[in-house]
Amino acid sequence: MGQQSESIVHEAEVHEAHHEQSFLMKYIFPLDHKMIGFQYMFTGLFMAAIGGYFAYAFRMQLAFPGAEVPLYGFVDPANYNMLVTNHGTIMIFWVAMPVLIAAFGNWMIPLMIGCDDMVFPRLNRLSYQVFLVSALVLILSFFVEGGGFGGAWTSYPPLSAAAEYNLTNWGASLWLLAVALEIVAFLLGGINFITTTMNARAPGMGMMDIPIVIWMINIAVILFMSSVGPLVAGAVMLFFDQRLGTSFFMPSGGGDPLLWQHLFWFFGHPEVYVVLLPTMGIVADIITVFSRKKLFGYRTILYTAFGTGGLSFIVWAHHQFIAGIDPRMANVFVITTILISIPIAEMVFSYIATLYGGSIEFSTPMLWALSFLVSFLIGGVTGIYLGSSAMDIYFHDSYFVVAHFHYTFFPITIIGMFAAITFWFPKMFGRMLDETLNKIHFWGTIIPFNGLFLPLFLVGMAGQHRRIADYTQYPDLASPDLQGIRIFATVSMVIMLLFQFVFIYNFFNSIFKGKKAPMNPWRATTLEWTIPSPPPHGNFAEMPTVYRGPYEYSVPGHDEDYWPQHIPPKSNV
Amino acid sequence: MSTHGPIATHRTATGIPTGRLAVWWLMASEIFIFGGLIMCFLLFKFNNAPGFEDASMTSTTAGAFNTFVLLTSSLTIVLAHAAAERGDTAASFRYIWFTIGGGLVFILVKTYEYSTKILHGHTLTDNIFWSFYYTATGLHALHVFGGMVIMAIISFDVRKNYNLQRVELIGIYWHFVDIVWIFLFPILYIANF
Repeated sequence: MGQQSESIVHEAEVHEAHHEQSFLMKYIFPLDHKMIGFQYMFTGLFMAAIGGYFAYAFRMQLAFPGAEVPLYGFVDPANYNMLVTNHGTIMIFWVAMPVLIAAFGNWMIPLMIGCDDMVFPRLNRLSYQVFLVSALVLILSFFVEGGGFGGAWTSYPPLSAAAEYNLTNWGASLWLLAVALEIVAFLLGGINFITTTMNARAPGMGMMDIPIVIWMINIAVILFMSSVGPLVAGAVMLFFDQRLGTSFFMPSGGGDPLLWQHLFWFFGHPEVYVVLLPTMGIVADIITVFSRKKLFGYRTILYTAFGTGGLSFIVWAHHQFIAGIDPRMANVFVITTILISIPIAEMVFSYIATLYGGSIEFSTPMLWALSFLVSFLIGGVTGIYLGSSAMDIYFHDSYFVVAHFHYTFFPITIIGMFAAITFWFPKMFGRMLDETLNKIHFWGTIIPFNGLFLPLFLVGMAGQHRRIADYTQYPDLASPDLQGIRIFATVSMVIMLLFQFVFIYNFFNSIFKGKKAPMNPWRATTLEWTIPSPPPHGNFAEMPTVYRGPYEYSVPGHDEDYWPQHIPPKSNV
Repeated sequence: MSTHGPIATHRTATGIPTGRLAVWWLMASEIFIFGGLIMCFLLFKFNNAPGFEDASMTSTTAGAFNTFVLLTSSLTIVLAHAAAERGDTAASFRYIWFTIGGGLVFILVKTYEYSTKILHGHTLTDNIFWSFYYTATGLHALHVFGGMVIMAIISFDVRKNYNLQRVELIGIYWHFVDIVWIFLFPILYIANF
C-alpha cells in the first residue's frame, strides 16, 4: 500500500533520525504507537483522579449532609447533580474507554500481532488529539457560568434540552460537545485498530492465533462503531434543541423525549460490553499465564463474545421499564436480557476451567484478575434481578441499581485497569513494580470496595432513592436508620482512595527506581514478551514469524512449561 | 511500493489493501449515523407527528434533478477510477473534476431550495418535519462538500501520477453519499403521507 506517501516520506525521516527526534516530536506529537498509548493512559489516569475526587465530594455530602467537605467545600443540590453527572461521564468515556481500549489497544495490538506500528500512525495521533480536546472541553464545562451539566450521564430531555430547565446553559452544551468529540476520537482510533489487526499480523498468525485480548478489543470496537451511530445523530438533534431551538425531543414542539432514551440506550447498553470485553481479554491472558495452562476453550470464548455482542443490541429497553414503554414490549426485553447472561456465564466458566488443575501463582496481576471474576459475578447476578421488569419496577432508580452497576463497572474499569497495568508494567517501562506495595494496594482497594458497595445493595433494598443530595430535606426518605450505612460506605470509599496513593507512589517510584525488568518476567508465550523491555522504536529487531497459538503452556513433551509463538518447531527437538 | 515507513503499513494479511479496508469500516460507521437519523424520522412519521404533511411542500422537481446529477457524478467517479487503473492520469483527472462539478451543481440547487423554503417561512424551527429536513439534508450536503474537497486534493496527486489508488477510495465514499441521498429523496420529497 502506498496510500500514505506523505506519511511514508515523513516517517522515513523519523526512522533514520529517530535518535535525534526532538522532544516535541517524541512526546507531544508522536507517531509511535507506544507513546500514543502512554498519552491515552496518562490522560485516562488523570481523568480518573478527577472522577474519584468528584465521587469523594458527593459521598461525603451523603454521609454528612450540609457539612463542609474537606478539600472541596459545600455541596449544594445543583453542585451535587453536577458531581454525580460528571463522575459517571468521566469514568465511562474518559477513563474506561481510553485506558482499557485506547491505551492497551495501542500498546498491545502491534506488539502482540508482531509488527512495528499501527497501519495509520497519523490517524492514531489525530485520534488522541481529538480525545485530548474532548477532555479539555469537558473540564472547561465545569467553569462556565451556571457550572457543569447536572442532568445525569444519560442526559434525558427535556431536562437536558432546555436551559430554563437544567439551568446550565453552556455547561449542558459543552458536555454534549465533549462527548461527541470523544466519540469521534474513538471512531477514528477504532478504524485504525481493526484494520491493523486484520492486515498487519505477522506471517503465520492466523485468525485463531491472535491473543484473546486483541480479539476482545476488536470486537469491542466493532460494537462501539455499530451502536454509537444513532447516538451521534441523536447528539446532533439534542444540540440543535439546545442551541437552535428545534423540538426534536421537546414535547412542547411536537417532539418525543422518549426517543432520546432509545437512542441513548441503544448505544448505552452495548457500551457496557464495549468496556467489558477488553477486560475479559486482559483477564484471559493473565489467568493463562499464571495458571501455566492452555486457555480452556479459545474458540468457545470467541463465540460467546460474538454472541454477547449480538445480543447486546436487543436488550437496551431494560433501562426504560418504567419510562412508559408497552409492557408487552418489556417482556421481550426481559427475555433477551436474561439470555445475555448465558454467553457471559459461559465465558466465566471457561476461565474457571482454565484455572482448574493449573499451577496457580498468586502474583498481583493474578489477584486482580481473580478478584475481577468474583466481583463481576456479583454485578452479573444482581443484573438478572434488574433485568426482570417485575423486580425492576421496584428497584428502578434506587441504590440497588447504583450498587449493581458499580459491581460491574468497578471490576471492569478499575480492577481491569490495575490488572493490565501490573501485568504489562515491566514491558511498558522496563522496570518491575514493588510486589509488596502492589499487594498492599490490592487488598487496600478490594476490601474497601466491597465495604463501599455491598451496603448500597442494602439501602437500595430498603428503598433509598438515587439522585437526592440531602435526605434530611425529605422526611419520608430520611430513614435515620440508614444513615449509619451511608457513613460506613463513605468511610470505606475514603479508605479506598487513600490506598490509591500507595499505587501512585509505587508507580512513579518504580518507573525510575524499580528493579530492571527482564525480557519475559512472567514466562509468557505471546509476542510482546520476545523483545526487550521497554521495546525500542520499531519494536522487533527482526520481524517475527508465528508458528502456534498464543496459549501453549505446559505442552506435553516440551522441555519448558511455555512455548512462545515465534519459536520454530524444529529448535525444540 | 515504497519500502519506507513502518512495516505495518505495507502488510496485507487479509489480501485487501489497508486503505480500502479502512474506508469500508468508515462507511460502516457512517451507515449507523445516517441510519439512526432516518430511523428517527420514520418513527415520527409513523406516529403521525404534527407537521409531516409539509412533506408535500418540498420541490420534487428540484429533488429529482439533484438525484440525476448525483447519480451521474457517481458514474464519472467510476470512470475516473477506471482511467486511473489504466494509468490514464489525464482522463482520471478530468473525470474527477466532472464529479466535483456534479457536487457543485447539487449544492447550488440545494442552496436555491433552502432559500426558497426559508423565504416562505419554513425555517429549521418551524416544525419537526422541517427540523428533520434541514438536519438530514444539511448533514448530507456537508458530506458532499467534504467529498468535493478531498477529491480536489486527490486530483492534483493523480495528475502527478501519485497515489492513484485513492481514486477508488474516494469513489467508495462518493457512492455512499449517493446511497444516502437515494434514501433521503423518497422520504423527504416523494412521499406525501
